[in-house]
Amino acid sequence: MRATIKILRFNPEVDKTSHWAEYQVDTEPNEQLLNVLHYIKWNLDGTLTLRRSCAHGICGSDAMVVNGRNRLACKVLMKYLGSSVTVEPIRGLRVIKDLVVDMEPFMAKYKSIMPYLINDEDPGSRERPQSPEERERFDDTTKCILCAACTTACPSFWANGEYVGPAAIVQAHRFIFDSRDRGAAERLAVMNEWSGVWRCRTIFNCVEACPRDINVTKAIGEVKKAILFDEV
Amino acid sequence: MGVYTPTLRRRARPNGRFEVMTWYLMRVSGVVLLFVAVGHLLWLHLVVGLENIDFNTIVGRWTGPLGAFWRVYDLVLLMFAMTHGLNGARWVIDDYVPRRGPNWAMKSVVFTLGFILILMGAFIIFTFRPAGT
Ligand code: FES
Repeated sequence: MRATIKILRFNPEVDKTSHWAEYQVDTEPNEQLLNVLHYIKWNLDGTLTLRRSCAHGICGSDAMVVNGRNRLACKVLMKYLGSSVTVEPIRGLRVIKDLVVDMEPFMAKYKSIMPYLINDEDPGSRERPQSPEERERFDDTTKCILCAACTTACPSFWANGEYVGPAAIVQAHRFIFDSRDRGAAERLAVMNEWSGVWRCRTIFNCVEACPRDINVTKAIGEVKKAILFDEV
Repeated sequence: MGVYTPTLRRRARPNGRFEVMTWYLMRVSGVVLLFVAVGHLLWLHLVVGLENIDFNTIVGRWTGPLGAFWRVYDLVLLMFAMTHGLNGARWVIDDYVPRRGPNWAMKSVVFTLGFILILMGAFIIFTFRPAGT
């Protein structure tokens, strides 16, 4: 299968604005887009810059806008993309080079929700037990790999860089509804700030963007409800 | 490795219950407006008829036997439509005018105008008497 890959490129040392570059490749229908990008980088143009690590949809390094939608390049196969593919960096974060964006603001928001177990109670010499039902409560949000596909698909985030964003809310949800955690009040306070959960307009782009099929908007809704009715 | 210092610029604002309550107001007023605003539209357009709406129609409805009902109805419509709209405008301004100064200036203008309209509307609803009564 022959495909034309159009990539939105930006080299900070020479370019003032980003520009499209086109590459022709011969590939297989079952090939990952990531491998096609590798092929371009390794054989056609070594200056192409992108992030990737695991190549198996688990590290969250290679989120990019593919044919207008946020995808992991390693998780999408060429046969679903057709013979003409556009690839852009994810939106709303500063482009450093080509497909690499500055993830620092995104990670700062992640850190702001205190993404670690908060519990000062001494469990004694045993683990902290949890029933399957208690675990089920936040199961969906444990799947997040912090690829930023949801946050950078969110128009509220594009318009307002201070908004904590869907990914950080998903991570907050993961701890707020964990029966072993005692930091819910602190996290809900962060969620209740001006930059928190109220900036969500239920646009659902995040749900569509998530490569892990997390129901992001539902998780956000549950956090809103927890604040509104003051109960977890 | 140094100690982590957040790079996130967070607006120091009293958060309290303001954001959650305005958010809740949007849901409640949305549902109320669905009935009240649509009812208002249907009543005036289909029951009264567009060509019959004039000053006297409204005077008649406010001074007629159901006068009190219509005044309350119009007051509810005024309050919910204006607060829903003003809060929506606040969100839009926050999204699209991030710079502190212009943000504050725009909000001041919008909210001043909004409150003047609410006060004017409420004042008329409460005090209106047709001439000669
Ligand atoms: S390379 Fe790790 S998620 Fe795609």
